[in-house]
Amino acid sequence: MAEFQTPDILMSPRIKKLIDNLFEKMPEIESDRAVLLTESYMQTEGQPIVRRRALAFKHILENIPITIRDNELIVGSATKAPRGCQVFPEYSYEWLEAELDTISTRIADPFYISEENKQILRKIYPYWKGKTTSELASSYMAPETLKAIEHNIFTPGNYFYNGIGHFTVNYGKILKIGYKGLIEEAQAELNSCNVYDPDYPKKSEFLNAVIISANAAITYARRYAQLALEMGKKEKDTKRREELFIIAQNCAKVPENPAETFMEACQTFWFIQMLLQVESSGHSISPGRFDQYMYPYYKADIEKGTITREFAQELIDCIWVKLNDLNKARDAASAEGFAGYSLFQNLCAGGQTKEGRDATNELSYMCIQASMHTQLPAPSFSVRIWNGTPNEFMLRCAELTRTGVGLPAYYNDEVIIPALMSRGIKLEEAREYNIIGCVEPQVPAKTDGWHDAAFFNMCRPLELVFSNGYDKGELISIQTGKIEDMKTFDEFFEAYKKQMKYNIQLLVNADNAIDYAHRERCPLPFQSSMIEDCIKRGKTIQEGGAVYNFTGPQGFGIANMTDALIAVKKLVFEEKLLTLSEYKKALDENFGHGMTAKEATKATQKVVADLVSKGKNVSEAQIEDIFKMFIDGIATEEEKAKYNKLLDKIHSLPKYGNDIPEIDYFARDVGNIYTKELEKYRNPRGGIFQAGLYPVSANVPLGEQTGATPDGRLANTPVADGVGPCSGSDVCGPTSAANSVAKLDHEIASNGTLYNQKFHPSALSGLTGLSDFAAYIRAFFDQKGMHMQFNVVSRETLLDAQKHPENYKNLVVRVAGYSALFTTLSKSLQDDIINRTEQAFNR
Amino acid sequence: MQEYLDTRGRIFDIQKYSIHDGPGIRTIVFLKGCAFRCRWCCNPESQSFKIEHMMFGGKDKVVGKDVTVREVIEDVLKDMPYYVRSGGGMTLSGGESLLQPEFATALLRAAHEYGINTAIETTGFAPFETIEKYLENLDYVLMDIKHMNEEKHKEFCGQSNKLVLENAKKIKDWGANLTIRVPVIPGFNNTKEEISDIAVFAKSLGVKHLHLLPYHRMGEDKYAGLGRDYMLKGIKPMTNEYMQGLYEAAYKIFGDGCQIGG
Ligand code: SF4
Repeated sequence: MAEFQTPDILMSPRIKKLIDNLFEKMPEIESDRAVLLTESYMQTEGQPIVRRRALAFKHILENIPITIRDNELIVGSATKAPRGCQVFPEYSYEWLEAELDTISTRIADPFYISEENKQILRKIYPYWKGKTTSELASSYMAPETLKAIEHNIFTPGNYFYNGIGHFTVNYGKILKIGYKGLIEEAQAELNSCNVYDPDYPKKSEFLNAVIISANAAITYARRYAQLALEMGKKEKDTKRREELFIIAQNCAKVPENPAETFMEACQTFWFIQMLLQVESSGHSISPGRFDQYMYPYYKADIEKGTITREFAQELIDCIWVKLNDLNKARDAASAEGFAGYSLFQNLCAGGQTKEGRDATNELSYMCIQASMHTQLPAPSFSVRIWNGTPNEFMLRCAELTRTGVGLPAYYNDEVIIPALMSRGIKLEEAREYNIIGCVEPQVPAKTDGWHDAAFFNMCRPLELVFSNGYDKGELISIQTGKIEDMKTFDEFFEAYKKQMKYNIQLLVNADNAIDYAHRERCPLPFQSSMIEDCIKRGKTIQEGGAVYNFTGPQGFGIANMTDALIAVKKLVFEEKLLTLSEYKKALDENFGHGMTAKEATKATQKVVADLVSKGKNVSEAQIEDIFKMFIDGIATEEEKAKYNKLLDKIHSLPKYGNDIPEIDYFARDVGNIYTKELEKYRNPRGGIFQAGLYPVSANVPLGEQTGATPDGRLANTPVADGVGPCSGSDVCGPTSAANSVAKLDHEIASNGTLYNQKFHPSALSGLTGLSDFAAYIRAFFDQKGMHMQFNVVSRETLLDAQKHPENYKNLVVRVAGYSALFTTLSKSLQDDIINRTEQAFNR
Repeated sequence: MQEYLDTRGRIFDIQKYSIHDGPGIRTIVFLKGCAFRCRWCCNPESQSFKIEHMMFGGKDKVVGKDVTVREVIEDVLKDMPYYVRSGGGMTLSGGESLLQPEFATALLRAAHEYGINTAIETTGFAPFETIEKYLENLDYVLMDIKHMNEEKHKEFCGQSNKLVLENAKKIKDWGANLTIRVPVIPGFNNTKEEISDIAVFAKSLGVKHLHLLPYHRMGEDKYAGLGRDYMLKGIKPMTNEYMQGLYEAAYKIFGDGCQIGG
């Protein structure tokens, strides 16, 4: 478009080739890291854990196979196979051991694994028995906490099975001083300590570990320099040969030394990003404000005339592709919650400088362009919007949104900055925030945010109110009284608050147990070396070395609980249409409906297996009958008619998502039951708990473990997504829905809120379409909305993609706080995305 | 007290987030009752002034509701941030809002007093003295010209076009910001000649915008829901290429400011 000051840059043909190469095959699991780690651990038994971690890191980086892929300019791959992943037995291994033979055929995120690698892993696993963080975490948890987890009240699965991740290191600092400079800094700190200092034994051990780790990173880069040189010498194509020699030069210089050119800066960035994911299996290791810390190098090269905009763009595009080269295998259940092979490497553009000026620069636009070019799920690309964001930037972002890639996600500085300040962060630092993972704001390079500490299902405590603390015949929570005895809505609501509170306390116990496990078994010296104030304090981030420490578990189901409580209030206590006991019966009987297809299949399998084990023959027809019985339910026609009437009545009640102040402010109260309670608790690193309100994509699998709810939601179906309204209940269009969402208290949910919107592509056509779209976001943000993201793809396209996945291999959709390839998602998650109300602008 | 806010009128819908009916993000208030009976009408439930029942998605829906200006404006005000950011506002539509002058003019006045810009979608079928009262508080007038031939107009819309054409000129001469819109209907006005005739008329008025709105079948189900026959059954929407041909014919006469869609 001619009216833009930032003209489009064409995509280099190299990028398409890199992408094709990356997506040729199914991702693969490799065993090298696990083998090297185990070797090292066996040799270092009994030594301080932080030293053992550093030595293992060194052993891995000195010996792990390295590879330079065809056409690459920026090099460094954690695995031989593209999009492969390494294994991290120090966190947990049982799940992978159990899944070795099924992981390549499972529905969500399958991984290929060779027979040879299976053998290797089976051989080393016995060593890890009793040594993992997950085992230690379980042993630290209170029995009632374990019970609550077992009954799916909440799940801390992510940090329970994996590394923590969820941080942004000081990329800018390494760019500036190199690992050489970092080693000097650690050495100087060491020299300034006295052997008689009380913390000397620990501090010196940590600083030495930092030095070992940083040296390991340098060694690793040098291996690449050597490889590039050897490849270059053999290369016939003169152009590629030249490129390989440049790569060799770059890797010989950085990240050891300060970067001096933009290309060196890109290479440094990549080594940091990639090596962090070799050290631990945490995800959401987020590049953060790439457009800020990379800008000086770009600017200098442009001013000197040593780089063209086109080549700079090509390098950025290369990095974008590389971010998709990193991968992670999760256990089957977690894979459903984070579906789409996502690593949530969140990269941010725009926003404000620490002085409070607009930070948008040419690189910010080039980041948009890179996502436009690559159309890939990574990086999770976020833009920071404030009142002074240039309109051109908004329109460029809208153009990217229009492509349907689900990027960027839009964040509101005007809410997030005060939210962070309310957590004790200084103004200047708050202005420099970036986004971690899905939607979590934090101060880069200073924070250990534990931003994804658990999913808390806000629907389950309501079930516990109805059951008086029982689940599946077992007492698992406090008893809040028989519902027959509850005479007022307030009594009922109080009971819900009590169930919430009790289970939140268990959640805190679970997270703190896991926190200690990571501190004691997997401290991370390499990560810690790039987060302030670890070096000064002489502590790893796991021991509380970071300046800011939080634990952020997220609650979800706010829309369902709002509608559910309103329904109970109106139908039971105001209209007296039915009693609480009758409501309970309706829920227990799933409003006369049968099971979901998935549940019915499971139940049928169980019955059939039972019959077969008793020596009975079961015919196909019988199996079908059993299945049909589960699907249809056992209610009589009469009962069904009665329940349908009740459901109609429930559906006719006012619902969250339609800009009805009474309902929306109640939703705010419901959200606060979770957020306000949580912020009372502290973690072992000296920080507080802070709530997020979003389920990533766990609203689908965790919804499957949730019974029917009083808002008319049937058993085992998805819970509402993010802080958005329940699927299909927002009938007044996108402004009304957004107005409802804006009325929640986003500032207190300082670990992030997530609002998904789906638009038809026609809504963004032409410049007026883009402008109106940008205005829509701005107006939502004017009302203190925090985050917004969009799926712009027509329903027809998605339905067709379900039918013909082969034609849509590259179709990217916004799932939750991230984008993923549509065809890699499970059927139920695909359905959920299709069913999110499509907000059309005109009928 | 602002008594005019208590003026009552009959509407059948309020639609938020419309971006094709006037500038920016708008809220459309649909007033009930119309003097025309266009065969393609996509809001057949709007035509009668009476409150009706319509089957919609298998459910019985009451169409039509009596409301005060105050109630409507309170609802319209909820989207104020979007109007401010996009230059949008409120649009009166129908039916035909000219049939409820007291209510409609009070609504327009209220919008202006709250700082909301206003637009109207209209057939212009009313005495000009009535229309004049609307114009005082109107920022944009989107007026339908369906056909230049009186007989055909009568046959397909149920009324003569004489008054419509006269009013178009008067509205323009009054100084209103006028856009001419042409619903392009297969079998009614979708030949190059017919479209060109309208373009000549629009050009002679001196308006800046001429919008060609391609026929769509959105309203079809509603006819069944009202127990009425849909007279355009079986008619297919035009292809993009065909519309492009009509657009070129209109453009030749009208020049810049001519576009497909609103
Ligand atoms: S003028 Fe409009 S509302 Fe009236 S009948 Fe014709 S199309 Fe329908």
